[in-house]
Amino acid sequence: MSKIVAKTGNEAMAEAMRQINPDVVAAYPITPATEIVMIFAKYVADGLVSTEFVAVESEHSAMSACVGASAAGVRVMTGTSSQGLCLMYEILPIAAALRLPIVMCDVNRAISGPINIHCDHSDTMAARDFGWLQIFSENSQEAYDSLIQAIRIAEDPRVHLPTMVTTDGFIISHCLDKIEILEDKDVTEFVGQDRKANNRLLDLKNPTSVGLLDLQDYYFEHRVPVAQAMKDSKKVILEVADEFAKKFGRKYGLIEEYKLADAEVAIVALGSTCGTAKVVIDELRAKGVKAGMLKIRVFRPFPAEEIVKALGKVKALAVLDRSDTWSAQGGQVFTEIRSAFYEAAQKPKMTNFIYGLGGREIDLPQLHTVFAALKNIDKQPVVQYLGVRE
Amino acid sequence: MASLKELSTRKDPLTGGHRMCPGCGAPIVVRQILMASKDPVVVVSATGCLEVSTTIFPYSAWTVPFLHNAFENAGATMSGVEAAYQNLKKKGKMTEHVNFVAFGGDGGTYDIGLQSLSGAMERGHDMLYVCYNNEAYMNTGVQRSGATPKGANTTTEPAGKVGQGKVQWRKDLTEIMVAHNIPYVAQAIIGNWSDLTRKAEKAFAVRGPKFMNVLQPCRLGWGYKPENTLELARLAFDTCIWPVYEVENGVYKINKPREKKPVVEYLKTQDRFRHLFKPGNEKLIADIQAEVDRRWNLLLAKEATK
Amino acid sequence: MSEKPGWKSLPEGDVVKAGTAAEFKTGDWRSERPVWFPERCIQCLFCWISCPDSSIIVKDQKMTGIDYDHCKGCGICAKECPVKPQKALEMKPERGEETCQK
Repeated sequence: MSKIVAKTGNEAMAEAMRQINPDVVAAYPITPATEIVMIFAKYVADGLVSTEFVAVESEHSAMSACVGASAAGVRVMTGTSSQGLCLMYEILPIAAALRLPIVMCDVNRAISGPINIHCDHSDTMAARDFGWLQIFSENSQEAYDSLIQAIRIAEDPRVHLPTMVTTDGFIISHCLDKIEILEDKDVTEFVGQDRKANNRLLDLKNPTSVGLLDLQDYYFEHRVPVAQAMKDSKKVILEVADEFAKKFGRKYGLIEEYKLADAEVAIVALGSTCGTAKVVIDELRAKGVKAGMLKIRVFRPFPAEEIVKALGKVKALAVLDRSDTWSAQGGQVFTEIRSAFYEAAQKPKMTNFIYGLGGREIDLPQLHTVFAALKNIDKQPVVQYLGVRE
Repeated sequence: MASLKELSTRKDPLTGGHRMCPGCGAPIVVRQILMASKDPVVVVSATGCLEVSTTIFPYSAWTVPFLHNAFENAGATMSGVEAAYQNLKKKGKMTEHVNFVAFGGDGGTYDIGLQSLSGAMERGHDMLYVCYNNEAYMNTGVQRSGATPKGANTTTEPAGKVGQGKVQWRKDLTEIMVAHNIPYVAQAIIGNWSDLTRKAEKAFAVRGPKFMNVLQPCRLGWGYKPENTLELARLAFDTCIWPVYEVENGVYKINKPREKKPVVEYLKTQDRFRHLFKPGNEKLIADIQAEVDRRWNLLLAKEATK
Repeated sequence: MSEKPGWKSLPEGDVVKAGTAAEFKTGDWRSERPVWFPERCIQCLFCWISCPDSSIIVKDQKMTGIDYDHCKGCGICAKECPVKPQKALEMKPERGEETCQK
């Protein structure tokens, strides 16, 4: 029987990891992800998992060891945030190019500088171009459910790409919430006892060389398959979500539409802000405003078609970015959504709100100002900041 | 200790057809060490001459399982492979003993790879790390590294009108590894196959972390005729500019040259030291000799008297 | 020149089977080649353990010849050969009057 428990986001992710029981975890502490690693280390010490736990001496070594272990053919997981993820950047695209289904808990925290330990999406967003799948969580339940699904998605032969599942630092990672935990055997059955590795470095009878140098004549042909796998992963994400829904009742997709069907004004957001936004939308609906929200759950692959379809009839749209591209053109979500709408016959007028950097609070009144701004969409700048002192 | 005839029956870890320079010492390091293993081996290599020249897609010269990840993380990458092996062994999915050997050049080991190596050794993984040490970043065109000896001409600390090559002495990575208190550490050369393979056998007999720092003359970077690769390595040993020794559980055993030769015998054989023979540089050679002697005597003092 | 494979037919993830470099011939790098005099050879195998290119052919613990497809002519084997007064391996020019090319 599944049970309802109180867990923080970190505890929920650690619990999912315990039930997945990966073969190798190589990880390094960093706020606010540290707890996941600490809790998991206690599971190891108590013999609750059979994982080989490698307490590496940096995040660069964490991801390097994950690549080594995954190339050896076993199931590998890790967790980090912010500067830790930054330190992994060199190795992230290697993991994708080698088609290794490493699954990582990524607790969203602002990247330095200045140094800040609180939530924004800059760490995950800066890693969007490395060939990793990126799944955002609104709350602890989603984090738990998505981590379990991530194993199946990453290890699917049509995908074979590393995957990060994110939660918002401190807001979700450290806040107690009510979540439903599945039975151990149900998780084991869902993810499968072992990874069915296609290439194993430790297959001594069929030795291989992995990670060769490519000159101009092969590099291109080795990169395009990553793009193809990213494309193909959409289907797999939905298949796995379907199976998860049939078995365990909770439905997931690439996006979530909240009161969007007849919405005239809408926002797009990722992560915990969506929870706050749902309250604001309900308040507006009660007043007769046709407000709605598009929550993006899967950012990589980017669900362009689904987003265009869901938002096509909206008249005024505010895209909320908890990070900036520093391109002077807006945040990552905004620029990608604009691009998605390029050929669309019908598109909303859009404005970008960059908010919440470095853990700056986003609350109900602020979201109300966003919807107020949408009433005068024609007067809005392309990009604006929400909640910063000028 | 295996004879050459016995070694010749073992699997050659490399095929011909790689693109290392004619006379390169690196594949000699690889062949001699890996063939000393009776058990199967799995190799990780850092980016560098060895990795780049032996694995140009679609050609790999490695006959044993091989993984390359990046430049500074051979230690960490091998830690992951070894951890996966321990897990598979625990689950009964692998039963045979495997020798894990990570290779890194002096660039990828002394400098950028030092953290990764240190962590791997400290955590006690059952692996051998071999530094094939040609005393500079050769693959990118002979830049100085933390392993470059004093006075050597490199492209980032060249000999010119003012500068006379590298100002600093190399740091002592072998001693840093001894300070990690791992069961087996060795400093060695190619050019003495029986000593190198014996040291490798000792390393492979240990269950835990081990480290070998092997001097590997580079005909391109050092400037000499390729046929002299092994001769030069032996001369480095004879002059004590590169002592050959092992430290087993903290106990030092030093190979001593039959006759300690003056360091100038070594310096005069290589283009990278040619500028030291210009008039006015006599003091530099004297300084080098003094430092070689100082370090040699310090090392000798670490050996227990019988 | 054969067509190189496209991305759809390459194996997944930058992997090759072991030892494919044997197909790549580096013998044309040579300007000198080692010539073996089996009647002088004492079968010490020093040349075999010293060759950077795995180009000394050994069968049943005995040296049987040189792999000229891969030998780069570095001269280490001839240098290391201990036989006196004449070595069992001598370096000869690859081209010219003393050429040993067939």
